[in-house]
Amino acid sequence: MTVLLTIGTSKGLFLATTENRVDWQVSGPHFAMTSIYAVGIDRRRATPRLLAGVDSSHFGPSVATSDDLGKTWSEPDEAPVAFPADTDTSLVRVWQLAPGPAGEPDVVYAGTQPSALFRSEDGGRTFTLVRALWDHPHRPEWGAGFGGQAIHTILPHPEDPARVLVAMSTGGVYRTSDGGSTWSPGNAGIKAGFFPDPYPEFGQCVHKVARDAGDPTRLYAQNHGGVYRSDDEGATWSSIAEGLPSDFGFPIVTHPGRPATLWTFPLAADSERFPPDHRCRVFRSTDAGTSWDALSAGLPTDPFYPTVLRDAMCADNATPAGVYFGTRSGEVWSSRDEGESWVQVAAHLPDVLSVKAAEL
Amino acid sequence: MTAAVTILLPGVLRAEAADQSRLTVDTTGSLRTVLDAVAEAWPRLDRRLRDEQGALRRYVNIYVDGNDCRRSGGLDTPVPPGAEIQVLPSVAGG
Repeated sequence: MTVLLTIGTSKGLFLATTENRVDWQVSGPHFAMTSIYAVGIDRRRATPRLLAGVDSSHFGPSVATSDDLGKTWSEPDEAPVAFPADTDTSLVRVWQLAPGPAGEPDVVYAGTQPSALFRSEDGGRTFTLVRALWDHPHRPEWGAGFGGQAIHTILPHPEDPARVLVAMSTGGVYRTSDGGSTWSPGNAGIKAGFFPDPYPEFGQCVHKVARDAGDPTRLYAQNHGGVYRSDDEGATWSSIAEGLPSDFGFPIVTHPGRPATLWTFPLAADSERFPPDHRCRVFRSTDAGTSWDALSAGLPTDPFYPTVLRDAMCADNATPAGVYFGTRSGEVWSSRDEGESWVQVAAHLPDVLSVKAAEL
Repeated sequence: MTAAVTILLPGVLRAEAADQSRLTVDTTGSLRTVLDAVAEAWPRLDRRLRDEQGALRRYVNIYVDGNDCRRSGGLDTPVPPGAEIQVLPSVAGG
Protein backbone atom coordinates (compact mmCIF):
# COMPACT_ATOMS: atom_id res chain seq x y z
CA MET A 1 0.00 0.00 0.00
CA THR A 2 0.99 3.61 -0.51
CA VAL A 3 -0.11 6.15 2.07
CA LEU A 4 0.20 9.90 1.70
CA LEU A 5 0.40 12.05 4.81
CA THR A 6 0.09 15.81 4.40
CA ILE A 7 1.71 17.87 7.13
CA GLY A 8 0.64 21.49 7.23
CA THR A 9 2.94 23.67 9.29
CA SER A 10 3.35 27.32 10.16
CA LYS A 11 6.01 27.61 7.45
CA GLY A 12 4.77 25.40 4.65
CA LEU A 13 3.37 22.05 3.60
CA PHE A 14 5.37 18.84 3.92
CA LEU A 15 4.33 15.63 2.18
CA ALA A 16 5.24 12.20 3.55
CA THR A 17 4.76 8.92 1.73
CA THR A 18 5.25 5.34 2.77
CA GLU A 19 4.69 1.79 1.58
CA ASN A 20 4.52 0.26 5.04
CA ARG A 21 3.57 3.12 7.39
CA VAL A 22 6.88 2.64 9.21
CA ASP A 23 9.47 4.08 6.83
CA TRP A 24 8.51 7.53 5.57
CA GLN A 25 9.92 9.78 2.88
CA VAL A 26 9.27 13.44 3.65
CA SER A 27 9.45 16.22 1.04
CA GLY A 28 8.91 19.93 1.22
CA PRO A 29 8.26 22.54 2.19
CA HIS A 30 5.75 23.41 -0.48
CA PHE A 31 4.44 26.98 -0.16
CA ALA A 32 7.39 27.84 2.08
CA MET A 33 6.78 30.59 4.61
CA THR A 34 3.03 30.17 4.55
CA SER A 35 0.77 28.69 7.22
CA ILE A 36 -1.14 25.60 6.13
CA TYR A 37 -4.10 25.33 8.48
CA ALA A 38 -6.29 23.31 6.12
CA VAL A 39 -5.64 20.44 3.73
CA GLY A 40 -8.25 18.32 2.02
CA ILE A 41 -7.64 15.00 0.30
CA ASP A 42 -10.52 14.43 -2.10
CA ARG A 43 -10.59 10.69 -2.74
CA ARG A 44 -13.67 10.87 -4.96
CA ARG A 45 -11.38 11.21 -7.98
CA ALA A 46 -9.31 8.52 -9.68
CA THR A 47 -6.23 10.42 -8.56
CA PRO A 48 -7.10 12.15 -5.31
CA ARG A 49 -7.14 15.93 -5.50
CA LEU A 50 -5.19 17.74 -2.81
CA LEU A 51 -6.51 21.07 -1.61
CA ALA A 52 -4.40 23.36 0.53
CA GLY A 53 -5.41 26.48 2.41
CA VAL A 54 -2.31 28.62 1.98
CA ASP A 55 -1.94 31.64 4.24
CA SER A 56 0.86 34.11 3.68
CA SER A 57 1.29 36.65 6.44
CA HIS A 58 2.37 39.14 3.78
CA PHE A 59 0.34 38.26 0.72
CA GLY A 60 -2.88 36.89 2.12
CA PRO A 61 -4.83 33.64 1.99
CA SER A 62 -5.65 31.40 -0.96
CA VAL A 63 -6.54 27.82 -1.85
CA ALA A 64 -4.34 25.79 -4.16
CA THR A 65 -5.12 22.41 -5.69
CA SER A 66 -3.01 19.57 -7.00
CA ASP A 67 -4.12 16.71 -9.25
CA ASP A 68 -0.75 14.95 -9.21
CA LEU A 69 -0.45 14.33 -5.46
CA GLY A 70 1.50 17.47 -4.74
CA LYS A 71 4.06 17.48 -7.52
CA THR A 72 2.49 20.62 -8.97
CA TRP A 73 -0.08 23.04 -7.62
CA SER A 74 -2.31 25.61 -9.21
CA GLU A 75 -4.81 28.26 -8.23
CA PRO A 76 -7.18 30.40 -10.26
CA ASP A 77 -6.44 34.01 -11.14
CA GLU A 78 -9.38 35.26 -9.12
CA ALA A 79 -9.39 34.61 -5.37
CA PRO A 80 -10.86 31.12 -4.81
CA VAL A 81 -12.43 32.12 -1.49
CA ALA A 82 -13.49 35.75 -1.17
CA PHE A 83 -16.23 37.61 0.64
CA PRO A 84 -18.70 39.48 -1.59
CA ALA A 85 -18.34 43.26 -1.68
CA ASP A 86 -21.58 43.90 0.22
CA THR A 87 -20.29 42.04 3.28
CA ASP A 88 -17.49 44.58 3.75
CA THR A 89 -15.46 41.66 5.05
CA SER A 90 -12.15 40.22 3.97
CA LEU A 91 -10.97 36.65 4.27
CA VAL A 92 -8.36 36.19 6.96
CA ARG A 93 -7.70 32.46 6.63
CA VAL A 94 -9.15 29.17 5.41
CA TRP A 95 -9.38 26.81 8.38
CA GLN A 96 -11.03 23.80 6.80
CA LEU A 97 -11.43 22.17 3.39
CA ALA A 98 -13.95 19.34 3.35
CA PRO A 99 -14.98 17.32 0.31
CA GLY A 100 -18.75 16.84 0.04
CA PRO A 101 -20.60 13.53 -0.03
CA ALA A 102 -20.07 10.91 -2.71
CA GLY A 103 -23.29 11.89 -4.43
CA GLU A 104 -21.97 15.39 -5.07
CA PRO A 105 -18.52 14.64 -6.47
CA ASP A 106 -17.62 18.26 -7.28
CA VAL A 107 -18.82 19.82 -4.03
CA VAL A 108 -16.19 20.97 -1.57
CA TYR A 109 -16.76 23.14 1.49
CA ALA A 110 -14.41 25.70 3.02
CA GLY A 111 -14.62 27.03 6.56
CA THR A 112 -13.05 30.39 7.17
CA GLN A 113 -11.97 33.11 9.53
CA PRO A 114 -14.05 35.16 10.12
CA SER A 115 -16.66 32.48 10.70
CA ALA A 116 -18.24 31.66 7.36
CA LEU A 117 -18.95 28.66 5.20
CA PHE A 118 -18.17 28.61 1.50
CA ARG A 119 -19.28 26.01 -1.05
CA SER A 120 -17.54 24.99 -4.25
CA GLU A 121 -19.22 23.13 -7.09
CA ASP A 122 -16.09 22.80 -9.21
CA GLY A 123 -14.02 20.56 -7.00
CA GLY A 124 -12.56 23.31 -4.86
CA ARG A 125 -11.27 25.70 -7.48
CA THR A 126 -13.78 28.48 -6.72
CA PHE A 127 -16.13 28.93 -3.77
CA THR A 128 -19.30 30.90 -3.01
CA LEU A 129 -20.39 32.21 0.39
CA VAL A 130 -23.25 30.27 2.00
CA ARG A 131 -25.44 33.27 2.64
CA ALA A 132 -27.96 31.83 5.05
CA LEU A 133 -25.30 31.04 7.64
CA TRP A 134 -23.55 34.38 7.11
CA ASP A 135 -26.89 36.15 7.59
CA HIS A 136 -27.79 34.11 10.68
CA PRO A 137 -29.16 36.39 13.41
CA HIS A 138 -26.74 34.85 15.92
CA ARG A 139 -23.67 35.88 13.93
CA PRO A 140 -23.12 39.28 15.62
CA GLU A 141 -22.83 37.41 18.92
CA TRP A 142 -20.32 34.82 17.74
CA GLY A 143 -17.00 35.45 19.44
CA ALA A 144 -13.36 34.76 18.87
CA GLY A 145 -11.03 32.43 20.68
CA PHE A 146 -7.29 32.96 20.93
CA GLY A 147 -6.82 31.59 17.43
CA GLY A 148 -9.41 33.89 15.92
CA GLN A 149 -13.07 33.48 15.01
CA ALA A 150 -13.42 30.66 12.54
CA ILE A 151 -15.45 27.76 11.24
CA HIS A 152 -12.91 24.99 11.68
CA THR A 153 -15.10 21.90 11.33
CA ILE A 154 -17.34 20.90 8.43
CA LEU A 155 -19.07 17.54 8.38
CA PRO A 156 -21.19 16.89 5.31
CA HIS A 157 -23.59 14.00 5.86
CA PRO A 158 -22.13 10.99 4.01
CA GLU A 159 -25.39 10.18 2.21
CA ASP A 160 -27.74 13.16 2.41
CA PRO A 161 -26.31 16.22 0.61
CA ALA A 162 -28.87 18.47 2.32
CA ARG A 163 -27.39 17.82 5.77
CA VAL A 164 -24.21 19.59 6.85
CA LEU A 165 -22.83 20.31 10.31
CA VAL A 166 -20.30 23.02 11.08
CA ALA A 167 -18.54 24.01 14.29
CA MET A 168 -16.91 27.27 15.14
CA SER A 169 -14.89 28.86 17.90
CA THR A 170 -16.69 30.53 19.41
CA GLY A 171 -20.31 29.98 18.51
CA GLY A 172 -20.52 26.22 18.71
CA VAL A 173 -22.27 23.74 16.43
CA TYR A 174 -24.75 24.71 13.70
CA ARG A 175 -26.64 22.35 11.42
CA THR A 176 -28.63 22.50 8.24
CA SER A 177 -30.95 19.82 6.91
CA ASP A 178 -32.18 21.73 3.87
CA GLY A 179 -29.05 22.22 1.85
CA GLY A 180 -27.92 25.33 3.68
CA SER A 181 -31.08 27.42 3.45
CA THR A 182 -31.60 27.44 7.20
CA TRP A 183 -29.23 26.75 10.10
CA SER A 184 -29.93 25.95 13.74
CA PRO A 185 -27.58 25.71 16.71
CA GLY A 186 -26.88 22.25 18.10
CA ASN A 187 -25.21 22.78 21.45
CA ALA A 188 -27.68 21.49 24.05
CA GLY A 189 -25.65 19.88 26.81
CA ILE A 190 -22.27 21.37 25.82
CA LYS A 191 -20.82 23.53 28.56
CA ALA A 192 -19.49 27.04 28.04
CA GLY A 193 -17.69 27.59 31.32
CA PHE A 194 -16.60 31.04 30.29
CA PHE A 195 -20.19 32.44 30.37
CA PRO A 196 -22.35 33.27 33.41
CA ASP A 197 -24.91 30.84 31.93
CA PRO A 198 -22.78 27.78 31.26
CA TYR A 199 -25.35 26.15 28.98
CA PRO A 200 -26.35 28.79 26.42
CA GLU A 201 -28.14 28.02 23.16
CA PHE A 202 -24.95 28.97 21.30
CA GLY A 203 -21.58 30.54 22.00
CA GLN A 204 -19.70 27.39 22.99
CA CYS A 205 -16.06 27.00 22.02
CA VAL A 206 -16.30 23.61 20.36
CA HIS A 207 -12.78 22.67 19.29
CA LYS A 208 -13.55 19.77 16.94
CA VAL A 209 -16.38 17.42 15.97
CA ALA A 210 -16.09 14.01 14.30
CA ARG A 211 -18.74 11.71 12.89
CA ASP A 212 -19.07 8.03 13.79
CA ALA A 213 -18.23 5.59 11.00
CA GLY A 214 -21.28 3.43 11.48
CA ASP A 215 -24.03 5.83 12.47
CA PRO A 216 -24.08 9.25 10.80
CA THR A 217 -26.32 10.62 13.54
CA ARG A 218 -23.66 9.84 16.15
CA LEU A 219 -21.09 12.60 16.69
CA TYR A 220 -18.21 13.22 19.07
CA ALA A 221 -17.01 16.66 20.19
CA GLN A 222 -13.89 17.88 21.90
CA ASN A 223 -14.97 21.10 23.56
CA HIS A 224 -13.06 23.85 25.33
CA GLY A 225 -13.58 21.84 28.48
CA GLY A 226 -15.68 18.76 27.96
CA VAL A 227 -15.75 15.73 25.66
CA TYR A 228 -19.19 14.86 24.38
CA ARG A 229 -21.22 12.46 22.25
CA SER A 230 -24.44 13.13 20.43
CA ASP A 231 -26.70 10.32 19.27
CA ASP A 232 -29.15 12.62 17.51
CA GLU A 233 -26.94 14.43 15.02
CA GLY A 234 -26.08 17.26 17.35
CA ALA A 235 -29.48 18.06 18.85
CA THR A 236 -28.30 17.03 22.32
CA TRP A 237 -24.94 16.08 23.79
CA SER A 238 -23.80 14.10 26.84
CA SER A 239 -20.39 13.83 28.45
CA ILE A 240 -18.01 11.00 27.58
CA ALA A 241 -15.09 12.50 29.50
CA GLU A 242 -15.25 9.88 32.25
CA GLY A 243 -12.12 7.77 31.95
CA LEU A 244 -10.01 10.45 30.30
CA PRO A 245 -7.29 12.15 32.35
CA SER A 246 -8.79 15.54 31.48
CA ASP A 247 -11.63 16.95 29.42
CA PHE A 248 -9.57 19.63 27.65
CA GLY A 249 -7.87 19.29 24.30
CA PHE A 250 -8.26 20.14 20.65
CA PRO A 251 -8.57 17.16 18.26
CA ILE A 252 -11.04 14.30 18.15
CA VAL A 253 -10.78 11.69 15.40
CA THR A 254 -13.05 8.82 14.44
CA HIS A 255 -12.20 5.49 12.84
CA PRO A 256 -12.87 5.61 9.09
CA GLY A 257 -14.76 2.33 9.03
CA ARG A 258 -15.44 0.86 12.45
CA PRO A 259 -18.29 2.26 14.52
CA ALA A 260 -17.74 3.58 18.05
CA THR A 261 -13.96 3.94 17.72
CA LEU A 262 -12.25 7.27 18.25
CA TRP A 263 -9.02 8.89 19.41
CA THR A 264 -8.10 12.07 21.24
CA PHE A 265 -5.03 13.78 22.66
CA PRO A 266 -5.98 15.46 25.95
CA LEU A 267 -4.30 18.45 27.53
CA ALA A 268 -4.38 18.95 31.27
CA ALA A 269 -6.64 22.02 31.32
CA ASP A 270 -7.42 25.35 29.72
CA SER A 271 -4.99 26.91 32.18
CA GLU A 272 -2.42 24.12 31.81
CA ARG A 273 -1.99 23.29 28.16
CA PHE A 274 0.40 20.38 28.56
CA PRO A 275 -0.40 16.69 28.19
CA PRO A 276 -1.68 15.36 31.54
CA ASP A 277 1.23 14.40 33.80
CA HIS A 278 3.52 15.61 30.97
CA ARG A 279 3.16 12.20 29.31
CA CYS A 280 2.77 11.76 25.56
CA ARG A 281 -0.33 9.60 25.27
CA VAL A 282 -3.12 9.12 22.79
CA PHE A 283 -6.45 7.98 24.22
CA ARG A 284 -8.71 5.60 22.34
CA SER A 285 -12.24 4.44 22.91
CA THR A 286 -13.78 1.47 21.13
CA ASP A 287 -17.17 1.80 22.82
CA ALA A 288 -18.27 5.28 21.74
CA GLY A 289 -16.60 6.99 24.65
CA THR A 290 -17.85 4.81 27.47
CA SER A 291 -14.29 3.84 28.34
CA TRP A 292 -10.84 4.95 27.24
CA ASP A 293 -7.40 3.34 26.90
CA ALA A 294 -4.10 5.19 27.03
CA LEU A 295 -1.79 4.35 24.11
CA SER A 296 1.89 5.22 24.20
CA ALA A 297 4.03 2.36 22.86
CA GLY A 298 6.80 3.95 20.84
CA LEU A 299 5.95 7.50 21.88
CA PRO A 300 8.41 9.64 23.86
CA THR A 301 8.81 8.62 27.48
CA ASP A 302 10.59 11.80 28.59
CA PRO A 303 8.47 14.60 30.05
CA PHE A 304 6.43 15.87 27.11
CA TYR A 305 5.02 19.38 26.81
CA PRO A 306 3.86 20.05 23.23
CA THR A 307 0.27 20.69 22.17
CA VAL A 308 -1.59 18.85 19.40
CA LEU A 309 -3.85 21.32 17.61
CA ARG A 310 -7.40 20.63 16.43
CA ASP A 311 -6.51 19.53 12.91
CA ALA A 312 -3.14 18.04 13.76
CA MET A 313 -4.54 14.55 14.34
CA CYS A 314 -6.18 12.26 11.79
CA ALA A 315 -6.75 8.71 10.63
CA ASP A 316 -6.20 7.19 7.22
CA ASN A 317 -8.57 4.89 5.32
CA ALA A 318 -6.30 1.83 5.25
CA THR A 319 -6.87 -1.49 7.02
CA PRO A 320 -6.06 -1.52 9.85
CA ALA A 321 -6.52 2.21 10.21
CA GLY A 322 -3.47 4.39 10.59
CA VAL A 323 -3.54 7.22 13.13
CA TYR A 324 -1.35 10.31 13.00
CA PHE A 325 -0.62 13.39 15.04
CA GLY A 326 1.74 16.35 14.84
CA THR A 327 2.88 18.70 17.56
CA ARG A 328 3.60 22.37 17.88
CA SER A 329 7.20 21.31 18.43
CA GLY A 330 7.38 19.95 14.89
CA GLU A 331 7.18 16.23 15.55
CA VAL A 332 4.90 13.92 13.58
CA TRP A 333 3.97 10.43 14.78
CA SER A 334 2.15 7.61 13.05
CA SER A 335 0.56 4.34 14.06
CA ARG A 336 -0.27 1.61 11.57
CA ASP A 337 -2.22 -0.45 14.09
CA GLU A 338 -4.90 1.94 15.28
CA GLY A 339 -2.76 3.43 18.01
CA GLU A 340 -1.25 0.29 19.56
CA SER A 341 2.29 1.32 18.52
CA TRP A 342 3.87 4.45 17.11
CA VAL A 343 6.82 5.51 14.95
CA GLN A 344 8.13 8.98 14.27
CA VAL A 345 7.50 10.29 10.77
CA ALA A 346 9.39 13.56 11.10
CA ALA A 347 10.97 15.86 13.66
CA HIS A 348 12.28 19.41 13.77
CA LEU A 349 9.58 20.72 11.48
CA PRO A 350 7.88 24.07 12.11
CA ASP A 351 4.76 23.99 14.30
CA VAL A 352 2.38 21.36 12.92
CA LEU A 353 -1.03 22.87 12.25
CA SER A 354 -2.75 20.11 10.29
CA VAL A 355 -2.33 16.52 9.15
CA LYS A 356 -4.38 14.49 6.69
CA ALA A 357 -3.70 10.96 5.45
CA ALA A 358 -5.04 8.64 2.80
CA GLU A 359 -4.21 5.29 1.26
CA LEU A 360 -3.70 5.96 -2.44
CA MET B 1 9.49 62.15 -19.38
CA THR B 2 7.66 58.97 -20.32
CA ALA B 3 3.98 58.62 -19.51
CA ALA B 4 4.30 55.03 -18.43
CA VAL B 5 4.39 54.08 -14.75
CA THR B 6 6.97 51.54 -13.67
CA ILE B 7 6.22 48.97 -10.99
CA LEU B 8 9.12 47.14 -9.33
CA LEU B 9 8.33 43.75 -7.83
CA PRO B 10 10.19 41.80 -5.13
CA GLY B 11 11.45 38.37 -6.11
CA VAL B 12 8.77 36.57 -4.12
CA LEU B 13 6.01 38.10 -6.28
CA ARG B 14 7.52 37.78 -9.72
CA ALA B 15 5.94 34.39 -10.37
CA GLU B 16 2.59 36.18 -10.40
CA ALA B 17 3.73 38.37 -13.30
CA ALA B 18 5.44 35.89 -15.63
CA ASP B 19 8.72 36.22 -13.73
CA GLN B 20 9.06 39.90 -14.51
CA SER B 21 10.75 42.16 -11.98
CA ARG B 22 9.56 45.35 -13.66
CA LEU B 23 6.09 46.07 -15.05
CA THR B 24 4.95 49.10 -16.96
CA VAL B 25 1.40 50.38 -17.20
CA ASP B 26 0.05 53.38 -19.05
CA THR B 27 -2.38 54.33 -16.28
CA THR B 28 -1.74 57.30 -13.99
CA GLY B 29 -3.88 59.12 -11.47
CA SER B 30 -3.89 57.39 -8.12
CA LEU B 31 -2.20 54.31 -6.75
CA ARG B 32 -5.64 52.69 -6.73
CA THR B 33 -6.18 53.24 -10.45
CA VAL B 34 -2.69 51.95 -11.19
CA LEU B 35 -3.34 48.80 -9.14
CA ASP B 36 -6.68 48.40 -10.90
CA ALA B 37 -4.75 48.38 -14.18
CA VAL B 38 -2.33 45.83 -12.72
CA ALA B 39 -5.33 43.70 -11.72
CA GLU B 40 -6.58 43.65 -15.30
CA ALA B 41 -3.34 42.16 -16.54
CA TRP B 42 -2.17 40.27 -13.47
CA PRO B 43 -5.15 39.47 -11.21
CA ARG B 44 -3.23 37.06 -9.02
CA LEU B 45 -0.55 39.66 -8.38
CA ASP B 46 -3.18 42.17 -7.37
CA ARG B 47 -4.78 39.84 -4.83
CA ARG B 48 -1.39 39.33 -3.21
CA LEU B 49 -1.27 43.10 -2.70
CA ARG B 50 -4.91 43.92 -1.92
CA ASP B 51 -7.71 41.95 -0.28
CA GLU B 52 -11.10 41.37 -1.87
CA GLN B 53 -12.41 44.68 -0.54
CA GLY B 54 -9.56 46.52 -2.21
CA ALA B 55 -7.57 47.30 0.93
CA LEU B 56 -3.79 47.15 0.84
CA ARG B 57 -2.61 44.10 2.78
CA ARG B 58 -1.15 44.96 6.15
CA TYR B 59 2.35 43.68 5.52
CA VAL B 60 2.71 44.94 1.96
CA ASN B 61 4.46 48.29 1.59
CA ILE B 62 4.23 50.33 -1.59
CA TYR B 63 6.42 53.33 -2.29
CA VAL B 64 5.53 55.89 -4.96
CA ASP B 65 8.67 57.69 -6.09
CA GLY B 66 10.28 56.68 -2.83
CA ASN B 67 7.44 57.75 -0.55
CA ASP B 68 5.56 55.24 1.58
CA CYS B 69 1.99 55.34 0.31
CA ARG B 70 0.65 54.93 3.84
CA ARG B 71 2.08 58.36 4.65
CA SER B 72 0.94 60.03 1.46
CA GLY B 73 -2.70 59.19 0.98
CA GLY B 74 -2.78 55.40 0.93
CA LEU B 75 -4.36 54.10 -2.23
CA ASP B 76 -5.30 57.69 -3.10
CA THR B 77 -1.63 58.61 -3.36
CA PRO B 78 -1.16 60.52 -6.64
CA VAL B 79 0.82 58.69 -9.31
CA PRO B 80 2.10 61.11 -11.93
CA PRO B 81 3.31 60.13 -15.40
CA GLY B 82 6.73 58.51 -15.23
CA ALA B 83 6.38 57.54 -11.59
CA GLU B 84 8.18 54.54 -10.14
CA ILE B 85 6.20 52.32 -7.79
CA GLN B 86 8.12 49.89 -5.63
CA VAL B 87 6.42 46.97 -3.87
CA LEU B 88 8.23 45.61 -0.82
CA PRO B 89 7.20 43.09 1.83
CA SER B 90 7.39 44.70 5.25
CA VAL B 91 9.46 43.36 8.10
CA ALA B 92 7.22 40.74 9.69
CA GLY B 93 7.21 37.12 10.70
CA GLY B 94 9.21 34.82 12.90
